[in-house]
Amino acid sequence: MKRVVSLVIDRTTCDGRGLCAELFPERIELDPWGYPIIDGDEIPRSLLDHARRAARSCPLLALHLIESRQ
Amino acid sequence: MTAPALTWHSHGAPGEQMPRLLADVEPTGGAIALDEHLEQWGVLDLRRVGVDLVDELEASGLVGHGGAWFPVATKWRSIGTRGARRPVVVANGAEGEPASSKDALLLTRTPHLVLDGASAAAAALGASRVVIYVPARLTHGMERAVEARRRRGLDPVEMEVMSAPDAFITGQESAVVSALDGRPAVPSFVGLQPVRVRGVAGRPTLVQNVETLAHVALIARFGAQWFRAIGTEQFPGSMLVTLSGRYAGPVVMEAPLGLPLRDLLGLSRAAGNDYRGALLGGYGGGWVSMPTLLEVDLTEASARMWNTTLGAGVVALLPHSVCPLVEVARVVRYMERQQAGQCGPCVHGLAALDEAVRCLALQPASLRGRVEPILELCALIDGRGGCRHPDGVVRFVRSACSVFGDEVATHLRHGPCRLIDAAPVLPIPHFRSAHAATDRTSSR
Ligand code: SF4
Ligand code: SF4
Repeated sequence: MKRVVSLVIDRTTCDGRGLCAELFPERIELDPWGYPIIDGDEIPRSLLDHARRAARSCPLLALHLIESRQ
Repeated sequence: MTAPALTWHSHGAPGEQMPRLLADVEPTGGAIALDEHLEQWGVLDLRRVGVDLVDELEASGLVGHGGAWFPVATKWRSIGTRGARRPVVVANGAEGEPASSKDALLLTRTPHLVLDGASAAAAALGASRVVIYVPARLTHGMERAVEARRRRGLDPVEMEVMSAPDAFITGQESAVVSALDGRPAVPSFVGLQPVRVRGVAGRPTLVQNVETLAHVALIARFGAQWFRAIGTEQFPGSMLVTLSGRYAGPVVMEAPLGLPLRDLLGLSRAAGNDYRGALLGGYGGGWVSMPTLLEVDLTEASARMWNTTLGAGVVALLPHSVCPLVEVARVVRYMERQQAGQCGPCVHGLAALDEAVRCLALQPASLRGRVEPILELCALIDGRGGCRHPDGVVRFVRSACSVFGDEVATHLRHGPCRLIDAAPVLPIPHFRSAHAATDRTSSR
């Protein structure tokens, strides 16, 4: 088992203004309506800081970094 | 062809105890009263039901019949019973799926089987609250059933009956919790804390479909061995199926798992030609061609092999007398209006999909010969809602585009077909848009 960190979004809260895509373009792009398309794969160590910053900055607290064991 | 409003399929040798849930349920009539119920099945001594019921359920192989097909014992074991807050058990009879009637049938005809199961769950989990969550039209009957049990002192834990709004998503697990907590009956974000940990009033909550609970009531009496006497080794027991399109009006049947659908439906290869295709699993399910349908067994694994699901046990046959694309467009519109107005990809995606599918059915020229935009929208929506509602619509549309590929091509080439104004076949309830309230506030 290893620790896996991934991004999870609360879709019921996100209003799609896209700040997260600006802060973490490596893993987040926007759909035609402006809502984030998130790559749900494991986030490698090298990108963890960017991911953390994006999650912390979401104005609606809708973006979460989740740690699970796989 | 006509059949009684209610029937069942009995499979195999006598003595295999079929039907089970529907035993003694007559084609017409009222609810089986408490006295008759106790005479039929015997008293379930709830003081003797404990955690060992969970072991029995595990041995039985019972899975949930609300559409998710999740092992019941695993679900019960995941309910936090050790904390300070005692769990809540919810018998979920909301049955928002318009093509399914089996839960309503159980609740109106054999309510005590469901209530036995709910009480057994409460006993096994040490729950201190039991809620029977059913559509408003069924609350009166359930209250009478609960009252009859109260007079007898049957249930260690009091039961409350609460009404579910008539809408597609009100039975979704987190929507049930929201409704019982007095908020709108729409799904909420459970990514950080699932309902089993933090549900109704913040307590660990078991939300279990009413048919599943009826099976629990019988397993608690007769054991896992008995349950496994029918069905297959891997998929034991029986299930309820709502079949429409075969007889005049929908029919609820009980059948052993693993039964070939061709036997369940009484369809020969030739008779299969009488239909254009079949919908499995309801409006969040998927279409299959008739030759495929005749290959499917009554198990979720078999349905999934053909990229569909049995869902809550829905099989709907589509006759040649209607345009399948118009039928599909009506259902997509219904499903679009049933989204809860919360999640961007679902709100915008389903609106765009509704428009595109309507064009395909009625004004295909506007698509300029291409079905691809519809499939691209599907890819954009899939997996991006707060709940699985949009994913179901995507499965429905994708499978329609492939099973009705000929019709799609004909529409794109020659325009809508001559069946455009045939009377609808798939039931569309009178609905108020689930997101109408949101629409109004946002357009102000
Ligand atoms: S920053 Fe937050 S609210 Fe904005 S688009 Fe990203 S997840 Fe949604
Ligand atoms: S995905 Fe759609 S139906 Fe589900 S919670 Fe979000 S808006 Fe509501």
